[in-house]
Amino acid sequence: MSVPENLKYTATHEWVKLESDGTVTVGITDHAQSLLGDMVYVENPEIGRKVSQGEECAVVESVKAASDVYAPISGEIVEINGDLDGSPEKVNEDAFSAWMFRMKPDNAADLDALLGAAAYQAAVDSEAH
Amino acid sequence: MLKKTPLYQAHKDMGAKLVDFGGWEMPLHYGSQIEEHHKVRRNCGMFDVSHMQVLDFKGKDVRSYLRHLVANNVDKLQTSGKALYSAMLNPDGGVVDDLIIYYMDESWFRIVVNAGTAEKDLAWMQSRLDGFSAEITPRTDLAMIAVQGPNGRAKVWQAIPGSEAATQGLKAFYAAEFGPYFIARTGYTGEDGFEIMLPSEMAEGLWRGLHEAGVAPIGLGARDTLRLEAGMNLYGQDMDETVNPLEAGLAWTVDLQSERDFVGKAALLSKPVKFQLAGLLLLDRGVLRGHQKVSTPHGEGEITSGSFSPTLGQSIALARIPKEAAAGDEVQVFVRDKLLRAKLVKYPFARNGKPLI
Repeated sequence: MSVPENLKYTATHEWVKLESDGTVTVGITDHAQSLLGDMVYVENPEIGRKVSQGEECAVVESVKAASDVYAPISGEIVEINGDLDGSPEKVNEDAFSAWMFRMKPDNAADLDALLGAAAYQAAVDSEAH
Repeated sequence: MLKKTPLYQAHKDMGAKLVDFGGWEMPLHYGSQIEEHHKVRRNCGMFDVSHMQVLDFKGKDVRSYLRHLVANNVDKLQTSGKALYSAMLNPDGGVVDDLIIYYMDESWFRIVVNAGTAEKDLAWMQSRLDGFSAEITPRTDLAMIAVQGPNGRAKVWQAIPGSEAATQGLKAFYAAEFGPYFIARTGYTGEDGFEIMLPSEMAEGLWRGLHEAGVAPIGLGARDTLRLEAGMNLYGQDMDETVNPLEAGLAWTVDLQSERDFVGKAALLSKPVKFQLAGLLLLDRGVLRGHQKVSTPHGEGEITSGSFSPTLGQSIALARIPKEAAAGDEVQVFVRDKLLRAKLVKYPFARNGKPLI
């Protein structure tokens, strides 16, 4: 399984990418999509919604089950990936490019508390045992 | 320690994602559940269903014993090889299990029961044996492979040389023996095909032979969406010991016409039927799941099985709802914090490769 070095991660399997304009892009990891299986529906938050770190703010549904996606940091939803409406399978095909939503962080320093690639990989490995 | 079927190693070799399924380590999928689903509807696929339990009933009183044991009427079985789907009820009329009975001759009936209920079923069946000259043998020495889909039978004939002559004439819901194989034209997908019982030690050879003939392995994930589209009940979800079969879409399997008495009959006759099992087609975006509440113009109900239908490309469900509700009615389903719109439809949703909605 791949865990890109340039992203940050949560223990709940979201990936977070800091963009050059200071916003962050959020998706679910390859490990998460592989656990869930064939994706059939992505329910994104509404643009403009303010969310707190750890708050349920989106849902991904595979054939098998529904799974909550949590806000990795506190902030405002500024964009959602509408492509996933018609093609939720993109999350299976390439989880790290199939982003779900973009946020404007309340506090950029919150990003520092997220997991790096190695720490996330270690968390996944320990989950498997 | 999870139980393993004789095909465990073959599943691993074929890239299965294995999961705990009622105490058995079984393949959920071999890559993509949706692709597997389509393969069965469009071509064919094979399922390891060795976790299900085969029981042989032998003795001179087997027929009279089964007349009393199950809700459907075994007197419908008069031709060797004929199969019958039935529920087995408790004295309150609740469903102990659903099963298939194969009639071979007057001293041999074969029954296949669900994996998760096998122990309970056997104990229940044995407890009702008093006074009958019949004995039950669990065939733990047998494995079972289902080959389903429009091209399934031809692939079986290719993989088991000589089987074509023996099974070509089998009508749907009939079985025949061919050497060590017990081949039944039954299934749980809404497609044509066979279910093959065979000695465990031969299972891997047949599995690999079918694979070489071009039959894809299919996991239990696709098995569930296939049976849901085909409108077939799943024990433990669509009915259980607390559920009246007449409120679970099983009225067609319960024989209340004949004089025959059977376990649970008196209870069924004494209870008013208030619910029905209905099909639901989701009109809004999302996915219906078991246990979600349904609001109809005639009262509340609940989804018993829900998922995404790969054939229809939208979400479908079976739901237990008030019997006054009718196909075409619009209902609402509570999905997390939202109310989604769904339409009541007559099921099955899809069979024989085609959508029916």
